[in-house]
Amino acid sequence: MKFGVVVFPGSNCDADCYHVVDQVLGQPVEYIWHKDNSVKGFDALIIPGGFSYGDYLRTGAIARFSPIMQEVINFAEKGGLVIGICNGFQILLEAGLLPGAMLRNDSLQFRCRPVNLKVRTNNSPFTRLYQPGEVITLPIAHGEGNYFCDQETLNHLLEFDQIAFTYCDPAGQETPEANPNGSRANIAGILNRRRNVLGMMPHPERYSESLLGGEDGFRLFASMLQSFEGGI
Amino acid sequence: MVGKVFVTLKKEVLDPQGDTVRKSLHTLGYDQVEDVRVGKYIEVKLQGLTPEEARKKLEEMCSRLLANPVIEEYRLELLEDDAK
Repeated sequence: MKFGVVVFPGSNCDADCYHVVDQVLGQPVEYIWHKDNSVKGFDALIIPGGFSYGDYLRTGAIARFSPIMQEVINFAEKGGLVIGICNGFQILLEAGLLPGAMLRNDSLQFRCRPVNLKVRTNNSPFTRLYQPGEVITLPIAHGEGNYFCDQETLNHLLEFDQIAFTYCDPAGQETPEANPNGSRANIAGILNRRRNVLGMMPHPERYSESLLGGEDGFRLFASMLQSFEGGI
Repeated sequence: MVGKVFVTLKKEVLDPQGDTVRKSLHTLGYDQVEDVRVGKYIEVKLQGLTPEEARKKLEEMCSRLLANPVIEEYRLELLEDDAK
């Protein structure tokens, strides 16, 4: 399964994603420069975290119009697996591949620490190796992860089981205290309706090896591989 | 010609930055302050367009890039004489 990691000026989690796919998952992986205009030959695309274009105007707003993004959109529309992590999630929102938008954290502070997450669904190519309702730990590192959508969109997300991860306490309760940024309904990650696009603020690539503090993120990449090999 | 674009968060969207500024103004004794919204101001210099065309283009720019309609709204002003 060949992975592509899209690199924008200002991406800074691209090497981490590359490392996990290459060394931990053991699959072929290549960087894709934002000025490229082909994703031919790739089976899955990772839009990594960072500060693409210095977060100018709005997070992800400029990256969204990079030449490669039209290819990412076409790839997703054909059913290809696309995951956006942190700034990658913000870019997917700006590109309209996922509904909603990001606001500044309600605390106005940059939050950088491990958080508890509840896996809300394992009915997706990204989460199939988790148990539904399972509490996992992944690190967050963002200043604008306050997910916003209107009530109608939230109803749709709930109705079609599109919420992948929520912020929770160690017991799995989605309390306001466990919400690090003010996200609506404690949302940390969402799927599109077709379930082939995932956006999430926490960083699975930073917790994919116990040496780095945790490995709860690894099953996400392993899920993608299993989905691909099993024909999703 | 200069387009002046004011982008602010929609009323129904919480503005934590504005809220913090409001609290700070209260601390300074400005009890009259009811609400503060923090936004962006963008100047776009244009050439070769009539005012009508310029306005239309600016609207397009706002909806495609300058503002995010999910969370933001914008207001436009057109300054036909760009000599300050």
